[in-house]
Amino acid sequence: MKIGILALQGAVAEHMRSIEAAGGQAVAVKTVDQLFDLDGLIIPGGESTTIGKLMRKYGFIEAIQQFAAQGKPLFGTCAGLIALAERIAGGEEAHLKLMDITVARNAFGRQRESFETDLEVDGIEERVRAVFIRAPLITEVGLSVKVLSTYNREIVTARQGNLLACSYHPELTDDFRLHAYFLQMAREAAVGI
Amino acid sequence: METGTLRVKRGMAEMQKGGVIMDVMNAEQAKIAEAAGATAVMALERVPSDIRAAGGVARMADPTIVEEVMKVVSIPVMAKARIGHYVEAKVLESLGVDYIDESEVLTPADEVFHIDKTEFTIPFVCGAKDLGEALRRIQEGAAMLRTKGEPGTGNIVEAVRHLRLINGQIRKVQNLSKDELYHEAKTLGVAYELLLGVHETGKLPVVNFAAGGVATPSDAALMMHLGADGVFVGSGIFKSDSPEKFARAIVEATTHYQDYKLIAEVSKNLGTPMKGIEISKLHATERMQDRGL
Repeated sequence: MKIGILALQGAVAEHMRSIEAAGGQAVAVKTVDQLFDLDGLIIPGGESTTIGKLMRKYGFIEAIQQFAAQGKPLFGTCAGLIALAERIAGGEEAHLKLMDITVARNAFGRQRESFETDLEVDGIEERVRAVFIRAPLITEVGLSVKVLSTYNREIVTARQGNLLACSYHPELTDDFRLHAYFLQMAREAAVGI
Repeated sequence: METGTLRVKRGMAEMQKGGVIMDVMNAEQAKIAEAAGATAVMALERVPSDIRAAGGVARMADPTIVEEVMKVVSIPVMAKARIGHYVEAKVLESLGVDYIDESEVLTPADEVFHIDKTEFTIPFVCGAKDLGEALRRIQEGAAMLRTKGEPGTGNIVEAVRHLRLINGQIRKVQNLSKDELYHEAKTLGVAYELLLGVHETGKLPVVNFAAGGVATPSDAALMMHLGADGVFVGSGIFKSDSPEKFARAIVEATTHYQDYKLIAEVSKNLGTPMKGIEISKLHATERMQDRGL
């Protein structure tokens, strides 16, 4: 499976390493014409305002919306989760508007409040080490969205069909199970399950 | 649940990669920086070129400025403390800034010791001009590095020198045998374990940005080409003729540092960049990079 990592800004190398460790092939995506032969796309952590601006500037909004419409899977972590959301709390303009969720940015506070913890994730057997950095939260989900994990009753991992998103950074640990989960989504999409 | 872990501190810097961190002196500039696509802002009372011009002792910014900036932007806010000034750093931590720069741009408070950064919840970024300085800062707890360059000069030559030197030294360390590593650790004045990590991985354990002299989009792209993880721009933006255009152009050139046509496009009609200073014209006492070794 060939997985692209949107390489406009953020933790691109870490996702590439994790995808490769999970058995996939990773490529850094800087232009829209690189999307056509990918089996899946990851939108990494970084600054969502920066990534959002650059996505608009280089035509990624429509290109990624079309990519998703083909049934190809997308995985957003932290800023990537914000990029996927249909609604951003506080009135800020949403970016890709693909996932039927509302997100609150910097929902835990500032860097001082950033933390790591162990998290149960539906579909993954043992707990996952989750690193939350100035992390967002999912405050509302639509009916077609499945909640995969919560922290203090707040939603931090969710899936809607071919879209996967989490508030934290699985790419910052040596646990590659969420990337393996995403690769499985890509395999299933490729054979049309 | 744990806060302030090494992974949380270093991870925060990882999220800045490929981005531009801009010096700002007030809320209005901070908004311009955020709108242009900065990944973070550095809240200051004066940019380095003004510090240079003013002379005297440069200290931590007035907390009012820092708070004002924190209020108006949603991106991370950094602020500078003097080298070795534990209390300035604690004050900044209490304000809730996202990152502290223990910076040679300010007048050092301690000529021997840096702040013990391991006991803070807030992560620190520090300047380095060679591998010894880089690893010593990491040992003291820095979670992010940047080249020192020569701040406030608008002259990229020192940042280039420092990044090339650090990367060259890393390549050399990779090729040393184990017995040579013990000696090299002693020569560089760093812990053997840290050096062993560099030997094995061929890289620093934290993100390393370029800083100190970036004045144009091409300067930013050059530093990315040389292997910087991202760019700090100090005086370059708000000392140029059209800060908004300049800021946007530097952001784009950093993202697409290998797309020369794009860099040409964004560099058109930017107006005059900051004037700049020839390094050899600086008196030894004016060289900020020689502070905090």
